[in-house]
Amino acid sequence: MSYFNADNLETAHEIISRYPRKKSALIPLLHLAQEQEGWVTDDAMRQIAELTDTTPAEVKGTGSFYEMFKFHPVGTYMINVCTNLACQLLGGEELLAHAEETLGIKAGGTTADGMFTIEDVECIAACTEAPCLQVNYRYKLRLTTDDLDQLIDDIRNGRATDIPEHGTLGLVRQHVPADAGAGIVAPEQATERPVWLARNDAVAEGGEG
Amino acid sequence: MPTYDYVPHAPGYVDNDGPKIVTSRFVHEDSHTLERYEATNGYEGLHRALDRTPADVHEEVRDAVVLGRGGAGFPAGVKWGFMPPGKFPYYLVVNGDESEPGTYKDRLLMERDPHQLIEGCLITCYALGLSQCFLYVRGEMPAAQENLAQALNEAYAKGYVGKNIMGTEFSVDITLTWGAGAYIVGEETALIESLEGNRGMPRLKPPFFPAAIGLYGQPTIVNNVETLSNLPWLLVNGSEQYKAHGSEASPGSRMVTVSGHVNRPGVFEIEQGVTTFRDLFYGDNFCRGIRNDNELKMFVPGGGSAPWFFPEQLDLPLEGRTVGAEGSMLGSGAIMVMDETTDAVKAALRLVRFYARESCGKCTPCREGTTWEERILQRILDGEGRPSDIDKLLDIADNISPGPYPVAADPSQGLAAVPFPPKQTTICPLGPSSVAPITSTIRRFRHEYEAKITKRDSIPVMAAPMSSDPVEVG
Repeated sequence: MSYFNADNLETAHEIISRYPRKKSALIPLLHLAQEQEGWVTDDAMRQIAELTDTTPAEVKGTGSFYEMFKFHPVGTYMINVCTNLACQLLGGEELLAHAEETLGIKAGGTTADGMFTIEDVECIAACTEAPCLQVNYRYKLRLTTDDLDQLIDDIRNGRATDIPEHGTLGLVRQHVPADAGAGIVAPEQATERPVWLARNDAVAEGGEG
Repeated sequence: MPTYDYVPHAPGYVDNDGPKIVTSRFVHEDSHTLERYEATNGYEGLHRALDRTPADVHEEVRDAVVLGRGGAGFPAGVKWGFMPPGKFPYYLVVNGDESEPGTYKDRLLMERDPHQLIEGCLITCYALGLSQCFLYVRGEMPAAQENLAQALNEAYAKGYVGKNIMGTEFSVDITLTWGAGAYIVGEETALIESLEGNRGMPRLKPPFFPAAIGLYGQPTIVNNVETLSNLPWLLVNGSEQYKAHGSEASPGSRMVTVSGHVNRPGVFEIEQGVTTFRDLFYGDNFCRGIRNDNELKMFVPGGGSAPWFFPEQLDLPLEGRTVGAEGSMLGSGAIMVMDETTDAVKAALRLVRFYARESCGKCTPCREGTTWEERILQRILDGEGRPSDIDKLLDIADNISPGPYPVAADPSQGLAAVPFPPKQTTICPLGPSSVAPITSTIRRFRHEYEAKITKRDSIPVMAAPMSSDPVEVG
């Protein structure tokens, strides 16, 4: 039984084809699995292992290093509040405390209805717009506690249509038409000198390759 | 007073009259589209590069002295020369895993001008004979992922990327890939591990740097997003024009992110090596002073990993070597400003906690040391500190980074600067970076630590107990 649905299985094969070695597709495929279910299941890891010629243990070994992969169900909306220095200086910790109080959970926890997870995260690269947070990695900048209440209310009432469910990152994927690519091969098959470097040969001091 | 306002579709970016080598298109709302890019000299740099020999293009970049903008500040043209000849294939890895606390120039460059980055990659691949390019974008940045994917799809369709680029024999594929949340993957060998499908743990080096043994064991160039984004402009305008910007030692422009207690935080493109910290914090074109006219207490000059600076260092130019000699680094150009209301211990703890959380666990001094540092700082802040804790922190710090740690001069105590970089007992600089906030604040604000440990700042000072027995404190 395939864990990936038909569309995602096709996407998975396309992703694998863009790397000289299958194992390099491991992290992108974990993202794809998380997009399908909101978290990474054991079945997903088994299939990723098959697709990349690795073992399920290797998949989990790699995946568990990275914070974004969740190996248990999390909220449909993950609220990541930045408390690193730039945000701390302008109220990031207070914003996190307010989120915890409002939703009745601690950072790392999920509400009983499975709607929200809160995380206390490191710098999310919007430091001039502190304090800031991400909901499913979509930025919300310069937030007051009132803004946060409004945001939670909007999500609860289905008004946050700009935020996809947890697991979905970039909505546009790279797609290379079959005849447009230069051709991706394993390093052992690419030991020839790239043809355009021959242009250096006519010049006396051309030293590349 | 002139009005320089935020560019609404690039929140944080402030458009002023500084140089515009990499941010020229940010003012356009559609700056990320191929249409806008082509209308504004887009792919002209690649076109000019393809009219020259690869070696000649490499020479142009070497001549311009394009300093790496990721942290270490090593000239890209020189780094490019380290690949062993003939050991094909060569690879290019673009480091877009921007996670240094305080930094987000690369995110803006990827979101607002993805074609410029792609063109920079293509110029590099052409100059060095690279077989494939991997664009590694931080996982938490979906807008950058989307705009780069869209841009790559457009560029492939137009024949700028892929087979027989612009009708020549030059062919290269660019593969877009996302990270998944790990600061350490910004370290180039950890990035390569991640790209190979492994845990992002740095590799032992020297002797073999990625230029010699990198991705799949092949020679690999790892460059930062901003570094590569400079190349299209450079190829169009030439190295002489490039060197007309900035200072002699640090030509060109540089993107800096100023956050914290300033009136107008922002991302600015500035003249490298010319603009001073004082210009940045107080200048009308830049941050317009400290909030509420408060006094400046301290600032982080180059990302969370940089030793801190104080008001005495305000007149230093943002120039790598100068800042290095004065005891810190420019790093990723992230400046965090703290005013007089800031608790030095609390601020130091927050950065130390970051390193404790992000340590990959490979080297013992870092894995254990950063955690100990965090725990001790936390108990000092909680009023549970022990008199021996300050020395203990310095001892742990010395175990991660032996010898005098880089620090700014403190004229009031007659102390000289210790120049950058620090020594390290670890494979990568993450562990040593955790030491920066500790040594910077202890040397300068030891009294704040002591006040917390003896609780002088919260409890009235009382007479010592009348006893000759040793008293357990804390």
